[in-house]
Amino acid sequence: MMRHLISAADLTRDDAVLILDTAEEMARVADRPIKKLPTLRGRTICNLFFEDSTRTRISFEAAEKRLSADVINFAAKGSSVSKGESLKDTAQTLEAMGVDAVVIRHGASGAPYRLANSGWIDAPVINAGDGTHQHPTQALLDAFTMRRRLIGRDAGLGQDLAGKRVTIVGDVLHSRVARSNVDLLHTLGAEVTLVAPPTLVPVGVGTWPCEVSYDLDSTLPKSDAVMMLRVQRERMNAAFFPTEREYSRRYGLDADRMAKMPEHAIVMHPGPMVRGMEITAEVADSDRCTVVEQVANGVSIRMAVLYLLLGGNEPAVTNPSSRTEEK
Amino acid sequence: MSKILIRGAKVLGGEAQDVLIDGETIARVGTGLPADGATVVEAEGRILLPGLVDLHTHLREPGREDSETVLTGTRAAAGGGYTAVFAMANTFPVADTAGVVEQVYRLGKESGYCDVQPIGAVTVGLEGKKLAELGAMHESAAGVTVFSDDGKCVDDAVIMRRALEYVKAFGGVVAQHAQEPRLTEGAQMNEGIVSAELGLGGWPAVAEESIIARDVLLAEHVGSRVHICHLSTAGSVEIVRWAKSRGIDVTAEVTPHHLLLTDELVRTYNPVYKVNPPLRTERDVMALREALADGTIDIVATDHAPHPHEDKDCEWAAAAMGMVGLETALSVVQHTMVETGLLDWAGVADRMSFKPAKIGRATGHGRPVSEGEPANLTLVDPAYRGAVDPATFASRSRNTPYEGRELPGRVTHTFLRGRATLMDGKLA
Repeated sequence: MMRHLISAADLTRDDAVLILDTAEEMARVADRPIKKLPTLRGRTICNLFFEDSTRTRISFEAAEKRLSADVINFAAKGSSVSKGESLKDTAQTLEAMGVDAVVIRHGASGAPYRLANSGWIDAPVINAGDGTHQHPTQALLDAFTMRRRLIGRDAGLGQDLAGKRVTIVGDVLHSRVARSNVDLLHTLGAEVTLVAPPTLVPVGVGTWPCEVSYDLDSTLPKSDAVMMLRVQRERMNAAFFPTEREYSRRYGLDADRMAKMPEHAIVMHPGPMVRGMEITAEVADSDRCTVVEQVANGVSIRMAVLYLLLGGNEPAVTNPSSRTEEK
Repeated sequence: MSKILIRGAKVLGGEAQDVLIDGETIARVGTGLPADGATVVEAEGRILLPGLVDLHTHLREPGREDSETVLTGTRAAAGGGYTAVFAMANTFPVADTAGVVEQVYRLGKESGYCDVQPIGAVTVGLEGKKLAELGAMHESAAGVTVFSDDGKCVDDAVIMRRALEYVKAFGGVVAQHAQEPRLTEGAQMNEGIVSAELGLGGWPAVAEESIIARDVLLAEHVGSRVHICHLSTAGSVEIVRWAKSRGIDVTAEVTPHHLLLTDELVRTYNPVYKVNPPLRTERDVMALREALADGTIDIVATDHAPHPHEDKDCEWAAAAMGMVGLETALSVVQHTMVETGLLDWAGVADRMSFKPAKIGRATGHGRPVSEGEPANLTLVDPAYRGAVDPATFASRSRNTPYEGRELPGRVTHTFLRGRATLMDGKLA
């Protein structure tokens, strides 16, 4: 297992499957009356959030607390950062306080990479989303959700996503979720198609391990999972698309479009959803939409990542033999 | 005045000759010249060039003396073999009045290491809205001949047209920083494969190329001359090549770093590689080298952009753009152009001394190594190999992308009007 988790592209297939399998073990904790493991007792983890985030921060915090870690939450607003303190100084302050891991969310692409590779800090760094670059735990929780839904909770153990067809729809250009998912899903053997208006597809996407289409309707019948991305309304001012209505008509997912998907296919969304624009309420609330499961799975995935990065080399909950039997 | 005999140097890379400096001028050039009381510099195997001229330097004074001062910047220039530098106008306050350019000019005179020719801003405060007092700056003691809003593009076509027309009255030139502002909003690196992967805002080549295309057409329309700063793309080369073939009076420069480094380096997220214009692709680098060799690109200019450590030791998005270059320029040119066979040393003299002096009308610089000429000279040891050590830089800033990288060549001596500013690798 690597020392930091900065990019989904850094994960090998075996690393990723190990994390998914470990997350299944962690998920069992959530079924217990007392949702807590002693695994990281005495370890201090800092959630370093330079950018507003509710669900990711709470998800990490829940994961850390379920592993019995001591948690420090740091939000840039109202902190020394707003007084001009640099990322380097903040990191070194945390280092001096003896944190064992740093979970960082930053508006600047590459900030977690710099934190992990500049010698500012020794602790493992986990990227909780950086600019428009990467959000690896999001990709892992998405893959976890797909594996559970498309293969099965127990049947999926030890398995990757070979042959599964995933369509990612929307603002790919500004999406760290899309980048992370393309990398990880490819590593796991899935076939990925990005669907977006050409203005929201990055120049250089031709080298990515995926297909690109501008036509959602022709892609849906071939999809096992359709992941809708959030479209930021402010993008309209930059002329990425003419109107919200036109975007919704061409790239939004409604019941008619969902009907074109195979029956087993699922609808995913990293949240928060803009209902009525990229996804209708009818689709968002359907049984095929996994948004709520994704949130729950996020805690299990983050528990698994923290456990493995902080030196866990034994099965977190079950023993190896039982895991083998489940295959 | 003292005499100096440079013995056995290959003048412009040609035959070994002796050069006798007497006072401020070259007294004799020949073979077997007697020392006759002169200080002798044994220069066998070394290359003697006219003192280098940099048409694009940021000296930061006034206003950002924590990055560089005229004194530290000119010491760095002397260390790199330069005898004249043109100081860009984006200081604080902006060099947009006769007062500020005269201040920079005077500080250069006082430094004694290198002639400093201030560049005047094209527009007041670099805001792109109102022409600065171009004539007053030209008529000042500084005698400004080059005008630029460098760091910002003169993007208003009418303002650019007026500037090009106006400076014709006194033979000036407008040096354009070609960057279409709307196409580069939020841009942080070259737009392409790497930016797509890294999630950094893309800086498309067309943002540079579209402005160059517009400006060469404007220059043609008004019959003026225009200079394009730091070309960085293969497309820009094609436009300049087309413009020259059409007879348009355009000149262009390339930086040493754009001759060597590519956007692949940005994968490290190390802000030492963050520069404006951004590092481009291998294809662009090769096109720039070829264009410099065939004369489409006229000169090498450093775009020496010093920044204090704290402005670079941070996350990419927060880092300042730019890198220092005066003290490594010649080595990079030797590595990329001479050792690849694209340019000989006479070509280096042409691109780094003769032509930049001509474009900027730098009197007394970029002259032949001949009897009676001002003794502005640079002596290079081309056989030297060594890793770049920023701790040895005379510049106040250390933001070099070459730390620890082995580069060939070393400037051993620099002479400014017969006086050694660099002697045996040490600043005099």
